[in-house]
Amino acid sequence: MAKVEESLFSVEGLDKRLAIKKFNKVMMTEYWIPKDINFLWALGVVLATTFAILVVSGIFLLMYYKPDTNLAFDSVNYTIMQEVAYGWLFRHMHGVAASVVFLIIYIHMFTGIYYGSYKKGREMIWISGMLLFVTFSAEGFSGYMLPWGQMSYWAAAVITNLFAGGSLEAWGLVEWIRGGFAVNDATLTRFFMLHVFLLPLAVIGIIVLHFYTLRVPHVNNQESGDIDYDAEAEKYLAGNKKESKVIPFWPVFLSKDFAVLSIFLIFYFYLVFFHYNFAMDPVNFDPANAMVTPAHIYPEWYFLWSYETLRGPFFDMLGMKAGDIGLIVFAFAQVAFLIIPFIDKDPDILPAHKRPRFMIWFWIMIIDLIVLTVYGKLPPTGANAWVGFFATLVFLLLFISMPFITKADAKARGAL
Amino acid sequence: MRELKILAVVVFFTLVTYWGVEPFAHSQMHPHVDAPDYTFNDVDGLNGTTGDAQNGANLVAMNCTACHSIQAAGFPKVMDDASSAAAYGVVPPDLSTSGLLYDENFLAAFIKDPVKATKTSHAFVDGKVHPMPAYGWMQPQEIADIVAYLKSIAPEKLTNKEVFQDACQRCHGIKYGDYRFDGTVSSMAALTPVENITSYMGKTPPDLSQYIRSRGDQWLHEFINDPQKHLEGTAMPRVGLTKAAEQQVVAYMTEVGDSSKDERAALGPKFLGYLVIFAIFAWLWKAKIWREVH
Repeated sequence: MAKVEESLFSVEGLDKRLAIKKFNKVMMTEYWIPKDINFLWALGVVLATTFAILVVSGIFLLMYYKPDTNLAFDSVNYTIMQEVAYGWLFRHMHGVAASVVFLIIYIHMFTGIYYGSYKKGREMIWISGMLLFVTFSAEGFSGYMLPWGQMSYWAAAVITNLFAGGSLEAWGLVEWIRGGFAVNDATLTRFFMLHVFLLPLAVIGIIVLHFYTLRVPHVNNQESGDIDYDAEAEKYLAGNKKESKVIPFWPVFLSKDFAVLSIFLIFYFYLVFFHYNFAMDPVNFDPANAMVTPAHIYPEWYFLWSYETLRGPFFDMLGMKAGDIGLIVFAFAQVAFLIIPFIDKDPDILPAHKRPRFMIWFWIMIIDLIVLTVYGKLPPTGANAWVGFFATLVFLLLFISMPFITKADAKARGAL
Repeated sequence: MRELKILAVVVFFTLVTYWGVEPFAHSQMHPHVDAPDYTFNDVDGLNGTTGDAQNGANLVAMNCTACHSIQAAGFPKVMDDASSAAAYGVVPPDLSTSGLLYDENFLAAFIKDPVKATKTSHAFVDGKVHPMPAYGWMQPQEIADIVAYLKSIAPEKLTNKEVFQDACQRCHGIKYGDYRFDGTVSSMAALTPVENITSYMGKTPPDLSQYIRSRGDQWLHEFINDPQKHLEGTAMPRVGLTKAAEQQVVAYMTEVGDSSKDERAALGPKFLGYLVIFAIFAWLWKAKIWREVH
């Protein structure tokens, strides 16, 4: 090691010790982003900010929350909501951000699907992103239990009970997960641990991984055009900023992110102050009661589509019980989007508007997911059950047909 | 332009989803009920008879004070809450404020036939009888006199909390109104001991601390005015509160259960104002930076 003479408390000194100038170049000023992007490219920073809001508001809530079935409800609804200065603000921020983060995740995810940003070199971005989705889902589910209201309790009972489905019952899985035969104090405390420690830790780790996976393949652009980053970067650095097809992460890309973020924050805080019931279900302001089942049990809106695939197959068929089929479809739905890079058989990276059959596939998928979401909340009776059944069928058919549809597009283009 | 089109598509699908899981789903799960009726049109009330408060005073002293206290008129409680709950099933109300809280036609109908007026005939079956006997045998004029007397002794106004205490607290607690961390009995616990009220009602009446959040303003008004509309078969009686008294009850539930409501309403616009200023600077900065690259 060369001896460093410069003071630790100077830019030069820090650079000698930590190579901060090089680091700044690699991560900020010479981290190249395509210029041909729209506001959907800013949603990564919007998500990172929303996660930061969740962490900060969560820390404040953690100071007063009590993970005990006798104390939890009052610690939230009395201590935090009525007594602590601005406790209500932190709770509303936390609850609304938990819901809105999923809206942005879904938009972010379908941006990736629309522009083909999951394949041919970008698989790791997609896979780490889907891992984030799964851990965020677990984070959302475990957090929903903590206020210990009626919906906390019954959603926990219904969802943990999935692990008693079919032959899983014989393994004693559900008792192991709950720490007892029913959802109880041990369940609350362990979900509290997951929610405030293990899962956030995993989320932070995977966010770092997700950022890392972006750095080498670079993000996609609106026309999925192939960019020679070295040549374009050279143009930019030589001063031909207008001609270059790329921009640096800092300050150009982030200046646009902050502009989009500012609009998002207005929308978000409007919801926090004036329109929060969608994210904080009124039913959950009744204390948990194992003896009284609510008239309607449903998960938060962002789980409804996969919940509906569970309820969709409502009658026995193919020699199997309805419940078992539902469980299998539900299990598939959790990982369905993870396999997209492998069932897309088109060798080119193109946005959906340049892949006519895939374009139709894409919009049917969006509409089907919305139908599943809405019917996932409605009581599954009469015609509702059939809508759920067919929407589930369409969901499965979309995945089965994807290899053929993407191949047909490639053939029509002459790429295969 | 292209960005605005994309934004329009995103907003459209977001709103469709929102509409589906909120207004639409809730309209399917919670059918609409008629607005509250504060005239109590359906009851056999005063039918236009005007009462004489002085005569009413004698009738009340002879017929009512064996069970009911009237602190305002010098009739103290006959026994403590626990004993009277044991005797009647539920603590009988003090009548000092009844003339203010309850609609006069409803009061008359209630005195004539409590079960019918409260719409609780389904709860008093199999030998169970309402603790207050029906006074339908009285002359309509006498009943009008009693109502006139109750109105004459009632105070001109009460605080929201007093209305809640007199109208609801015999059966319902609202512990956040006086929260005790040490486990001692809250002054806002139900006056009738829980085992008595549970056997009287068939079910423990819920603590109302968070009902303003779990049910909301509109539902509470519709429910209190006529519980059967939202919850057919409930043992909760229709109590006949006037519109003003009912508003005070809901106001008290808001003070207790949603105490930050005013602060929230005041802080919201400030937050949004700050963010609009932030947005203006963010867009100006973005425009400046991008002018160099476009």
